[in-house]
Amino acid sequence: MNSREKILAAVKQHNSGTASLPELAPLYYREEDPLTAFRTVLEFIGGHLVEVSSPAALPEALQKTYPGAGRIVSVLPALRDVAAPVAAEADPHSFENVDVAVLAGRFGVAENGAVWITEEEMIHRALPFICTQLALVLPAGAIVSTMHDAYEKIGAAEQGFGVFIAGPSKTSDIEQSLVLGAHGPKGMTVFLVKEG
Amino acid sequence: MEKDHAALAEQFNANEPRVNWHDETLWWVRQKRDRMMRQVPDWELLRETASQIKQNVLDHLGDYLEQFEKKALEHGVIVHWATDAHEHNVIVHDILKKHGVDRIVKSKSMLTEECHLNEYLGKQGVEVVDTDLGERVVQLAGEPPSHIVLPCIHKKKEEIGDLFHEHLGTPEGMADPQYLTRAAREHLREKFLTRRIAMTGVNFAVAETGEFVVCTNEGNADMGAHLSDVHIACMGMEKIIPERKHLGVFLRLLARSATGQPVTTYSSHFCKPRPGQEMHIVIVDNGRSVQLGREDFRNSLKCIRCGACMNTCPVYRRSGGHSYHSAIAGPIGSILAPNLDMKKYADLPFASTLCGSCSNVCPVKIDIHVQLYKWRQVLAEAGYVPATKKSGMKIMAGTLSSPALYRMAGKAARWALKHTPFVIDNRLNPWYKQREMPAAPEQSFREWYRQRAGKGKPQASSGKPDTTGNPQQDPA
Repeated sequence: MNSREKILAAVKQHNSGTASLPELAPLYYREEDPLTAFRTVLEFIGGHLVEVSSPAALPEALQKTYPGAGRIVSVLPALRDVAAPVAAEADPHSFENVDVAVLAGRFGVAENGAVWITEEEMIHRALPFICTQLALVLPAGAIVSTMHDAYEKIGAAEQGFGVFIAGPSKTSDIEQSLVLGAHGPKGMTVFLVKEG
Repeated sequence: MEKDHAALAEQFNANEPRVNWHDETLWWVRQKRDRMMRQVPDWELLRETASQIKQNVLDHLGDYLEQFEKKALEHGVIVHWATDAHEHNVIVHDILKKHGVDRIVKSKSMLTEECHLNEYLGKQGVEVVDTDLGERVVQLAGEPPSHIVLPCIHKKKEEIGDLFHEHLGTPEGMADPQYLTRAAREHLREKFLTRRIAMTGVNFAVAETGEFVVCTNEGNADMGAHLSDVHIACMGMEKIIPERKHLGVFLRLLARSATGQPVTTYSSHFCKPRPGQEMHIVIVDNGRSVQLGREDFRNSLKCIRCGACMNTCPVYRRSGGHSYHSAIAGPIGSILAPNLDMKKYADLPFASTLCGSCSNVCPVKIDIHVQLYKWRQVLAEAGYVPATKKSGMKIMAGTLSSPALYRMAGKAARWALKHTPFVIDNRLNPWYKQREMPAAPEQSFREWYRQRAGKGKPQASSGKPDTTGNPQQDPA
């Protein structure tokens, strides 16, 4: 018997109970003002929110937020004037000196300030982690109340990699003193863009 | 013989200001957890739901493991099974050998601590760099983590400054957390960029989808995994949850319970290796199937490693994580460790006041203090409790079960406290080490009650506060 069979046999020997799965429906609640809730939590965890009046106003909003930034990259074609494109065949290590990465998020979560983003939007999985500043672009209104709503939205989609990002990378390991920018971005800003 | 919890706690207690600081720091984390918990509507229902999901997992673990493996294989992930710590270490080392790699980065994984992977790989000539800041600090100090979420919570910033001065070349005497964190960032970034194999732990593995979720605040798991050619994720087999939607329940609980954050900065869902990358999952038993068969202790496997029980524990806060001499310290560690080695960890279930605070904060409602109590019985039965403790317990049990003996013992103790305090308050009685002698009451409650009853019906209460020290009468 190999280890797999041994383990499964040992485990199944103790599969005595018959507990069923609980309903999750009673845990749902509607945030009355999801945007305000999202902004409050995001700022509490060290992130920022910038409201942008239309897609056309996004480049200017970015330039205003990151004056003097060196290397800015983005996967969004609409930002060609302000950000370099991201080549799919690039070595992920080559993003080491990226100052600002601008990526589209799928949606935000009001209860914890997190934004869901998948491999499709980042092209390179390393990108949202290796950059110094992370800018996530969300359509206005793409804020759900809770993590339960979030997983309902994600559904059964089969992405290779997906991540909830809530604020900048941080640590409190030294005497519980909060420091932003442990290994990943030192800042995280959500740009909430209204339909033009 | 290795030192037990009491002896190690005594070492920690030698520095009283340090103990007070440690105590207060952890209590502060506990209070952050309370504030966060109160903001969540239906927090108790959330805990109950999580507990029920985990109950379902324990009842169907075999099926879920097979389902998870099947999906992971479909996604091109290589799945390994390890019955014990040694097999786990060998599997990891074999992967490194196959790729000719002898330097790796590793993000936080309590499982690899439990398996003593770093020590094993070190002996094989492999350099492992722990990339979580707290873990890197204790690694540089040559110590194990003292807390599963806050690995260097026992260290003062000046000590970390000294370590960084020695190993990272920061200026002598520099102890500013901001500065030291920046230095660690530069130091570890070089490792992320140059190491070809990265290891991570697993917080949750979803049977339905074959994906696994890793939670960090620093982003170190992601920096390692996404820049590596090979990603090895190691998981205790109890990390399985049935469906993706259940992640919503656990991610709402984990960081709030652990550090009082609404969620960790990163909750990364790994489903498939990125093109060109190799991804391994090592599923480890190491005593878990045995624990699953111990009816009284099986639900300890519900643990999601948040550390809330440590932050609230009056014993942990004042004795420090290292006093538990086990990879997982505190109340949860004390009910997990005896399963691995009853003899070695027989002292741990006694390192508790059984106050129950651990069970009250546990996000998956493990009855930790009840299990601590039950382990004491099991260990005594199996002959792993020191003779002095056992005879003391026996005398206590005998006394408590005989009313006459109890009354006599009470009388004798009151007399001794008053007339011969040195009999009780001496160096041979560890209970009096940090305690003051109480004033001995003149009579027992029973004697007092009989006296009152002898005076006839109790008088109606005057409503004034009772300053005599006697119990308030019932205003009948």
